[in-house]
Amino acid sequence: MDKPLPEATPVTKPFWDGLREHKVKIQYSPSAGQYIFYPRILAPGTLVDDLEWREVSGTGTLYTFTVADRPTAPPWADALPQLLAIVELDEGPRLSSELVDVDPAGLKVGMRVKPVFEDHPDNGVTLLKFTAV
Amino acid sequence: MGLRGEAAIVGITELPAVRKPTGPGRFTIEQYALLAKQALDDAGIGADQVNGLVSHGIAESDMFAPATLSEYLGIPVNFGEVVDLGGASSAGMIWRAAAAIELGLCDVVLAVVPGSYNLPVSQTQPPREFGYYGASSNKFGSPQAEFEIPYGNLGQNAPYAQIARRYAAEFGYDPRALAKIAADQRTNACVHPDAVFYGQPITIDDVLASPMVADPLHKLEIVMPCQGGAAVVIASQDVARRTRNRPVWVKGFGERVTFKTPTYAADLLRSPISAAADRAFEMAGVDRASVDTASIYDCYTITVLMSLEDAGFCEKGKGIEFVNSHDLTFRGDFPVNTAGGQLSFGQAGMAGGMHHVVDGARQVMGRAGDAQVSDCNTAFVSGNGGIMSEQVALVLQGE
Repeated sequence: MDKPLPEATPVTKPFWDGLREHKVKIQYSPSAGQYIFYPRILAPGTLVDDLEWREVSGTGTLYTFTVADRPTAPPWADALPQLLAIVELDEGPRLSSELVDVDPAGLKVGMRVKPVFEDHPDNGVTLLKFTAV
Repeated sequence: MGLRGEAAIVGITELPAVRKPTGPGRFTIEQYALLAKQALDDAGIGADQVNGLVSHGIAESDMFAPATLSEYLGIPVNFGEVVDLGGASSAGMIWRAAAAIELGLCDVVLAVVPGSYNLPVSQTQPPREFGYYGASSNKFGSPQAEFEIPYGNLGQNAPYAQIARRYAAEFGYDPRALAKIAADQRTNACVHPDAVFYGQPITIDDVLASPMVADPLHKLEIVMPCQGGAAVVIASQDVARRTRNRPVWVKGFGERVTFKTPTYAADLLRSPISAAADRAFEMAGVDRASVDTASIYDCYTITVLMSLEDAGFCEKGKGIEFVNSHDLTFRGDFPVNTAGGQLSFGQAGMAGGMHHVVDGARQVMGRAGDAQVSDCNTAFVSGNGGIMSEQVALVLQGE
């Protein structure tokens, strides 16, 4: 069973375009002085219309994770264990991702992680995954 | 500000939890009618006195649930509501009903949650498709479709495991304490014949020996999906005085909704029940030490642990110590989920949230049979929807 892939929207397109170029671009609200994720039409919390795109390094820390020995849904039945992660970017926002090329037994909350760009050329999509620094 | 405590739960009903459907399939509007009748009979109230109804929605109609239910039941209402708070929907229904009564809109409100998925199958229409997305939306434009589902972040097990993992990193973890929550609740289920695990006691070691589903959560720390259903009747003071049960007054509530996916929680370990419980206790004018029984939403053991902390029954980060130093069974010094909770009673879909309302009300009514907590006058009930992201607290009291 194919894994579902994301479909960019007019507002989120710069994020996915960035990933295709192996760059991490997220939104920043100057009035709030905060980076945000995921991309939105107005700044969350203030609803100010000042979101601008900025490229960031993509490095961060592992906020939390789980090693799932049972698939969370049928498309992942052959991809066990799933290393499901919440990553906190150095700029502040958190995002959902998966860890790759790591030893599950060596994972620790707070460990440093860096981006891995997983290209799906047939679909024109690149997913943002992470690995240990 | 808040409720005056002048509306009461006067009737309750909860179907036995069963693994496989029994009997003929029933549409959810039919289940609503049957459960409503049972709860009204329990209260000794006629259907003609009902003038408010709340639901989580009905499977037969994506829209217009209150009007459809009103028509089907033949009950015109002054207040018709759909509560969309996942596992907190039931507790959310109770305070909305109480508020409608205190505003003078209603005398009697039905809060009914069908819990059987054994629906009749059409001979002409294709079967309803549920997909594997569960509580996540895979529709175009949904944040979950775009930023969660492609990474396999869906369902409940993994996110709750992520919460437990973070908890362990911040406060430390004792798998035996988490397992004790499940074992104590099983003790309670073993005196509640309607529980799916009635007659099947378990030990802490049994829990820890069950398969690891999403590290650190074991199979026996996760709810069992079941079939069932539950209903509650809420009534005004005038009506409550004339019913046959001891009225269970809705003295205080709080509700807090903060996010959909835990990735975006401001602080994953400080759950919304904290603000909700503070408001509920303050509104009720009751302190936490007066609570005789707590019915804590328990989709997972970690939910119970964190809810005990965040609802203020112990200090933040001291939940493990609290669980290890208290007997959580119906005969213990801090009774929790005296009918087994969803972990051991079974989770009948959305009716799982109403399990806790019924548990708390049944205790205050003095109708918990062999699991009755003596002199039970004050119950705390929590509802939890999503991934600890939308939560409701109720304080219920006898006279």
